Amino acid sequence: MVLVSPLLLACIRAFLDWTQVDLIQRTTFFIMIKLFSVKQKQKEAAESGSGGPPIKKQSPGELRVQKDISELNLAKTTSIAFPHGKDNLLSFEITIQPDEGYYQGGTFVFSFQIPNLYPHEAPKVKCRTKVYHPNIDLDGNVCLNILREDWKPVLSINSIIYGLQYLFLDPNPDDPLNHEAAQVLRDHPWQFEANVRKSISGGYVGGHHFPRLI
Amino acid sequence: MEELQGRWHDLDRLLLRPGNLVGPGFEPCAELRDLLQNDCKVLVIGAGGLGCELLKDLALSGFGNIDVIDMDTIDVSNLNRQFLFRIHDVGKPKAQVAADRIMQRVKGVMVTAHFCRIEEKDVDFYRQFQIIMLGLDSLEARSYINSVVCSFLEYEPDGGLDYSTIKPMVDGGTEGFKGHARVILPGVTPCFQCTLWLFPPQITFPLCTLAETPRSPAHCIEYVHLIQWGQDRVGEKFDSDSPEHMKWIFEQAVKRATQFCISGVTYSLTQGVVKNIIPAIASTNAIVSAVCALEALKIATMCSKGMDNYMMYVGTQGVYTHTVSYEKDPNCIMCSPGVPIEVDCSCTLQECIDTLLNDQRFKAKLSRPSVSFQGTNLYMQAPPILEELTRPNLRLSLLSLMGGNPSGGVLNINDKKLHGVLRVRVSFSKEMDTT
Repeated sequence: MVLVSPLLLACIRAFLDWTQVDLIQRTTFFIMIKLFSVKQKQKEAAESGSGGPPIKKQSPGELRVQKDISELNLAKTTSIAFPHGKDNLLSFEITIQPDEGYYQGGTFVFSFQIPNLYPHEAPKVKCRTKVYHPNIDLDGNVCLNILREDWKPVLSINSIIYGLQYLFLDPNPDDPLNHEAAQVLRDHPWQFEANVRKSISGGYVGGHHFPRLI
Repeated sequence: MEELQGRWHDLDRLLLRPGNLVGPGFEPCAELRDLLQNDCKVLVIGAGGLGCELLKDLALSGFGNIDVIDMDTIDVSNLNRQFLFRIHDVGKPKAQVAADRIMQRVKGVMVTAHFCRIEEKDVDFYRQFQIIMLGLDSLEARSYINSVVCSFLEYEPDGGLDYSTIKPMVDGGTEGFKGHARVILPGVTPCFQCTLWLFPPQITFPLCTLAETPRSPAHCIEYVHLIQWGQDRVGEKFDSDSPEHMKWIFEQAVKRATQFCISGVTYSLTQGVVKNIIPAIASTNAIVSAVCALEALKIATMCSKGMDNYMMYVGTQGVYTHTVSYEKDPNCIMCSPGVPIEVDCSCTLQECIDTLLNDQRFKAKLSRPSVSFQGTNLYMQAPPILEELTRPNLRLSLLSLMGGNPSGGVLNINDKKLHGVLRVRVSFSKEMDTT
């Protein structure tokens, strides 16, 4: 290809008065010069053939969840597992075993899916254990404000785990996802307690069978 | 086809005449048009509303080698503004039809179509272009391309940016009557990650409101989408591109709305809520695309100083534009150079961590650092199960853990005392002992 001499000339002139040129214009200038440079073409041709080991690109979500996980502060009632190995932190499982409250002694597993845009977007959390709970429906959808409308990028995996633990200590009948369970808790707390015990012992409540957890 | 007489007249007025607003080093000459038409390779990502405009604008601005990538096929609802498509094109790949149509209309332009997802192309594909133009509607896709172009950045031994590794991007975006155009020179001007806060968070409704007390048509649609689908169509994965799935959501949402005496659930609202679509305005696309194409022309020829670095446009009342020079995040996890450190090539991971802990620059910031490299967790301080799995790495050589590349690389350091991720650019002080 043709190397344009006026441009090279300009190149030298521009270098003479470099202090007058701000960084952005300087950069675009470099890019333009690169376009013209034969050397660059050759360099690129050489590179495209060989190419080092492929770079594993990390999404912002991966980088941030690395931080969250390395700073996890799990209570003794909570544990974490990585079904896809130590280098895939974008999906993991949290197991909660409440040691007080209605659900004492049960074991509840939650799956976490971290989106690529985490923490701009909240993690997707599902309850993998079928549970009789006013704020968790029988498909495992969880109604926790910080998982949806109140999610903020300053929150972390730790905050969500605290929120989940709290759901077992203090189920909230006012924001129900399982309408029947909420009504029982509101109107007959003693009946609710009996229903919970029955459900986690592997019995039927309201026509639904629940797995034995204790 | 004959080339239209005087087609390049206006372009030549920019390229053949000197001026007061030209960029540094601009020297008017005919070779500049040659450069645009023969040597400059541009990639347009997205062949939708903005993409069609961009392809037309670039081709008519003299760019002769254009590639376009899009994973979508043409839908009948695109035809009002995606003017390269005709009714008989419905169902065909957008990228291919757009490429063919541009080549039919503008003589001498080579447009290469890629009908695939952006993630399907390898890094070298993106490396071959001088300028990347973005006509996308998702933050996720922008973020992906951003991580690709930031991974190109290389630094000189003295820590200065290697300017030849900068891949300029011009990004356009529209939402109804509002739009933006921005120029991203990774490493010099803010990248997407630096200014992620510019993008508003998605509106989400509380699940319990959807389940218990729906008050708007959108609540009914989201209920069916998020909760009822899983109950009624167990095991089936919802696909927003499937007309049958969308119709089902719509019909169920109508039923639910009737039950709660809510009116206003329509098929297009259903699409809007589920796919997060905001009605597109053709003139907004045209204006934003024109700005983007002009910036590409400036980058390639220096015929005028470039935009610094973000222009917003509001067309609701008259025509309002405002250009802001956003600042780079000096600690950006994507485009910042990282704090340079030099270690011996025989250094173990433990020794590297000790070096960091003893470094004056990090002293107050690090107590128990976790270290990762390109998605591999080299050492994690917590939780115990990861600590145990990564502990054996402490005794291994850092050079081999970093893929054996003697020129080093960037480690990501996490520590409770740090606000975000600390990037550390490692270089190895001695050549490997080959004996």
